[in-house]
Amino acid sequence: MARRHKAQVDGATGVPAALLIPAALAVVFLVLPLIALLVRAPWSTLGSLLSTPEVRDALRLSIVSASLATLISLVLGVPLAWVLARSQIRGRGVLRALVTVPLVLPPVVGGVALLLAFGRTGVLGAPLYDATGVSFPFTTTAVVLAQTFVAMPFLVISVEGALRAADRRYEDAAATLGAGRAMTFRRVTLPLVAPGVAAGAVLCWARALGEFGATITFAGNFPGTTRTMTLQVYLALETDPDAAIALSLVLLAVSILTLGLLRDRWLVRQ
Amino acid sequence: MIGRRLIGCAAALWLGLVGCGASGPPASEPPGSGSGSASAGADAPSGTLTVFAAASLTDVFTGLGSQFEAEYPDVTVVFSYAASSTLAQQITQGAPADVFASASPTTMQPVMAAGLNAAAPVVFAQNTLQIAVPAGNPGDVTGLADFTDPDLTIALCAEQVPCGDAAVTVFSAAGLTPQPDTLEQDVRAALTKVSLGEVDAALVYRTDVLGSGDAVEGIDFPEAGEAVNDYPMTVLSASPNPDAAAAWVEFVRSPTGEAALADAGFALP
Repeated sequence: MARRHKAQVDGATGVPAALLIPAALAVVFLVLPLIALLVRAPWSTLGSLLSTPEVRDALRLSIVSASLATLISLVLGVPLAWVLARSQIRGRGVLRALVTVPLVLPPVVGGVALLLAFGRTGVLGAPLYDATGVSFPFTTTAVVLAQTFVAMPFLVISVEGALRAADRRYEDAAATLGAGRAMTFRRVTLPLVAPGVAAGAVLCWARALGEFGATITFAGNFPGTTRTMTLQVYLALETDPDAAIALSLVLLAVSILTLGLLRDRWLVRQ
Repeated sequence: MIGRRLIGCAAALWLGLVGCGASGPPASEPPGSGSGSASAGADAPSGTLTVFAAASLTDVFTGLGSQFEAEYPDVTVVFSYAASSTLAQQITQGAPADVFASASPTTMQPVMAAGLNAAAPVVFAQNTLQIAVPAGNPGDVTGLADFTDPDLTIALCAEQVPCGDAAVTVFSAAGLTPQPDTLEQDVRAALTKVSLGEVDAALVYRTDVLGSGDAVEGIDFPEAGEAVNDYPMTVLSASPNPDAAAAWVEFVRSPTGEAALADAGFALP
């Protein structure tokens, strides 16, 4: 398409100048803070700052909880995406709006909402606590719940988009060949949308890893149990900015590594 | 002129007085004060006054702010409340504040270390810890010893913030090892967990319990006296409005200010 408007575009890059300048500004704005993090990083003391047991605990907790949240999101979110994309049930639009609210909700508000639902005195939490003595806040379960709450919509939206874009004729062909709906979903639909599911899972994992507001509000902050890397960064900022920068660097590295790894396998799309 | 003013400032600093302009020699020029009108009287502060204050001062300072504005109609007071450590960090990063009132000498330290205080900080209030429990005290908490019960859900402040620092002091004074379930980021967050009934007890400031109404009950404990938290306040050397800043510090320490602080549950030094 761009070639047709050759007269208006910059010959070398094919990008109009009117777009190039704001695009360059956007890149600078997005990348500069990350470079600042690298420039200001306490490289000489990085090892000692990061080798404390507290940091190792926080990193392990972050990775484990984000992975669990992603797993839950996959198990529940892919079927939900299918319902939103393919089913004919009434009120789908409202349903979609409802389940994507956590995308736009400030995470702290999400944390308060989770407390009111699953807290010891919450709507669901109170009867559960009275009956079994189980209470979610201040446990690792709460961390996973908080992360799932904010991250699952990313997966749902991503998978739903992939389902809508997928060619339905393959499913129709499977059906005419006698495959049941469940089998069609498993053997045809899922492989078709696998890149979308993978992209959604990566987004979901990254969002879960970066979760802060809902976690600190709903799950609290205790080393080993609920203090994830982001909480550790925030706490370190209070007293030791260098340690906070070092921790941020780790999170940045983990994010870039994940994106890089998955990009080669799944995310490259023609 | 400017030279004389500077000398006046230096002299005021040397004498340990707070701020410059307002306490400078009357012969000196009234220092320019922010966006204030030039027609103001020689000593009347004007313009905008920015006060950075610890979160625990929110209610009392907001009330005092209106009274201050009534007394000095040319001044508009703007508050920024947050954890003292956060505010200290913002100030050392160049935030344009006139006054810093922190909840502990420790959090005042970075500001002093950077030489950003215009005078020695003055302690204007003191706070002590109190046990906060949800209304009805569902965990039957009676004293500090209950904080060692692993069956109770306990919130403390993180050691990095003043209320957590004070908690460490009282527990070591009592010879107890607490079993907290969460280490909250600031005292208000700890209190929220109590008022929502999610924890059985938390250690917070007496003033926070007093300010949180019926949802929270306070329990005194004898070891509280071991960790009296001093609240220091100082005019900042980069203050854009030192006149008003000095007037504010004076106002907080006046009988009006002291009465408001006492009403809120603070002790006076």
